[in-house]
Amino acid sequence: MDANKITPMEFEKPLIAMNEKIEELVKLGQETDANLESEISRLRKHAEDIKQKLYSNLKPAERLQIARHPQRPNFLEVARLLSPDTWVELCGDRGGTDDRAILGGIIEIPTGKSESQPVMIIGTQKGRNMKENLEHNFGMANPEGYRKALRLFQHAEKFKMPVITVIDTPGAYPGIDGEQHGIGQAIAFNIREMARLRVPIISLVTGEGCSGGALGIGVANKIYMMEHAVYTVISPEGCASILWRSAEFASQAAEAMKITAQDLLEFGMIDGIIEEPAGGAHHNHHETGQRILKALGGALKDLSKLDGDALVKQRYDKFRPIGAFKETAK
Amino acid sequence: MTLRDWFASKKKEKSQQNLDTNAVNNRLTDAELCQLWTQCYKCQENIPTKELRSGVMVCIHCGYHFRIGAQERIAQLCDSFEELDALLIPDDPLSFNDTQPYLERQKEALQKSGINEAVVTGIGQMGKETVALGVMDFTYLGGSMGSVVGEKITRLIEAALDNNLPLILFSSSGGARMQEGTFSLMQMVKTGAALAQMHEAGLLYISVLTEPTFGGVTASFGTLGDVIIAEQGARIGFAGRRVIEQTIRQKLPPDFQTASYLLKYGQVDMVVPRVQMKDTLVNLVRLHRVSSGSTPKRSTSKRGKKEKSAAGTGS
Repeated sequence: MDANKITPMEFEKPLIAMNEKIEELVKLGQETDANLESEISRLRKHAEDIKQKLYSNLKPAERLQIARHPQRPNFLEVARLLSPDTWVELCGDRGGTDDRAILGGIIEIPTGKSESQPVMIIGTQKGRNMKENLEHNFGMANPEGYRKALRLFQHAEKFKMPVITVIDTPGAYPGIDGEQHGIGQAIAFNIREMARLRVPIISLVTGEGCSGGALGIGVANKIYMMEHAVYTVISPEGCASILWRSAEFASQAAEAMKITAQDLLEFGMIDGIIEEPAGGAHHNHHETGQRILKALGGALKDLSKLDGDALVKQRYDKFRPIGAFKETAK
Repeated sequence: MTLRDWFASKKKEKSQQNLDTNAVNNRLTDAELCQLWTQCYKCQENIPTKELRSGVMVCIHCGYHFRIGAQERIAQLCDSFEELDALLIPDDPLSFNDTQPYLERQKEALQKSGINEAVVTGIGQMGKETVALGVMDFTYLGGSMGSVVGEKITRLIEAALDNNLPLILFSSSGGARMQEGTFSLMQMVKTGAALAQMHEAGLLYISVLTEPTFGGVTASFGTLGDVIIAEQGARIGFAGRRVIEQTIRQKLPPDFQTASYLLKYGQVDMVVPRVQMKDTLVNLVRLHRVSSGSTPKRSTSKRGKKEKSAAGTGS
C-alpha cells in the first residue's frame, strides 16, 4: 500500500507534522542547492524518536483507533494474504438469507514447498468505503450470518478441514429483525456447537472483537490477536454510556476494561500476539500477511496432531478455568 | 373530600410519581412488603400485601407478575433444596473503578439482595422430580454475569452430569458484568461448552427466561434450553430497547421483546404464568424421563472428583 495515502490518526499528528517538515526541506534542498543534509538527517532522527515513543507507549484508546483504521486489512484481504488465488466463497444460511457481514469459504494454505492444506475460513467483513460498509453492514451480523457460519463449521467437520475464524466486529447488529430471528440464540448455539466441533479451530482477532458478536465465531483451540487488536465484553463507548453515563468517557472505559492483546495474553485468555509492522498493519499489508501465515501455520501444524476427542477436550480445558473469584471458608 | 376521592387522588398521585410500567420493575422492598396494601405497577389497583405474599407475587386484579428474588423463587418451586457453592464470592480482577469502585458495588449489592452473588444454585426436589436448579437474582447488580455466575452455573451443569439429573435455569439478567471485562465475556463460552457436554449426554435442560433477560445471558445458556419457557410478563432480548431505537432511529412496537412477542416469532416454546410454573416444569421433566426411558437417580460420580481451586487463572 502506498504509504502516502494512509489516513493518519489523531494521535499521530506530531509525527505527521514532522514528516511534512522533512519533506519540505528535502524539496527546498533540491530547488536551491543549499546544503541541508545535516539538518534533514537530524530531523529524520528526531522523527524516528517520536515514532518510537508514539508506538511503544500506546494507550488502549489509541490501539483501538489503529484497530478500527479503515485501511487495516479486512477479512477478505486477510484471506487473500494467506493464499492469493484460492478463495472459493460459500454463501447462504439455506434459510432464505446470505448475510454479507459474515463471509466464509475455502482457501488452500501452503504447508510445504508444493503441498497445501484446504482450510475453512470464516470472518466478519468490514468495508473499505461507505458503499462496501453498507453492503457488509459495518461488520455487524444478523442471526442469519451466524447460522451461515454454523453451516460452514459443520461442512468443515464433515470434510475434516481445519477452521480459521477472523474476528473484526463492533458486535452483532442491534435491530428488530435480529431480535425476531433470535440473535441471542444464534450466537449461543454457535458457542455450543463450536465447543463440540471435531476439527481444529483457530481464531484471529484482527481488529475489534466486541461482545457476543465476536464469540459467535470465537470458540477456538487457539486464539491469536494482532498487536493492536482489542477484545472486549462491550464497546468502550457502550460501557462508558452505561457506567459513566456518557460515551465521552470511552477512553477511560477502554483503559479500565483491559481490552488490549497484551492484557488478554497476560490473563491467559489468548495464545499469542502477532506483531504488526511499525505504525500498524495498515502500513504494510504484505508483511502483515506473512506474519499471520507464520503464526497460523504453526498452530495448524500443532493441532493436526490431535484427534476429534482431544480437540474437543483441549477446547473445554482452555475455557473451563477462566474466571476470577474467591471461595470462602464456612 | 370524601374518603373515596382521597383514595382516588392518592392513587393518581402515586401513578404520576413513578409507576410507569416501562420503568424498571423493581422488586418490592421489605418496607413495602410490610405495608397493608401494595399498589400494582400495572393496573394500579390496591392488593392486600398479605394476599400477594401468600401467593406467587402476582396481581390479583390484572395478573401482573412482580419481580421476585432467587430465594423466593426457590421457595415457590421446591419442596426441599440443597444449595451448592454458596461460598463462592466475586473478586476484582481488573481493580475496576468507574464512578464507584467495583468492590464497593459488590458490598452494596450484598446488602441490597441479601445474597452474595447473582445466582443461587443447588439440587432441588420438585414434587417427585429431583433437578439441578439455578436461579438468577436481578437485585444483585442487575443479575449481571460475572465469573462467579459463570462458575456456579458451570459447576451446577457438572453436578447434573455427574448425577444424571435434568437441569433447570431461571435467568434474569441485564447481561455481562462490565466490571469484569473479558473474564465476564468468557463465561458465555464456559457455560455454553458445559452445556455442550450435557447435550451430548442426552440430559434435559429447561431454560426459563424471566423479567428481564438480556445480553450475554440471552446469547449463552439462556437460549440453549431443549425447552425454552418465557415467564408471563417477561421482557427478553439480546440488545436493549434503547440501543436498538438509537441504531435504527425508529419507534419500536409496544410489545417488542415481550414474552408473547418471542412466542409469536418462534423464539420460545411457551409462555407460562408463574402460578403454573412448578406444575409445568415437573410435567416436562416427567415427559422427557418417560420418553428417554431413564429414571433420574443420584448415582455415584462417573467423572471422578474435580479439582476445586480457590481461584481461577486470572485472579
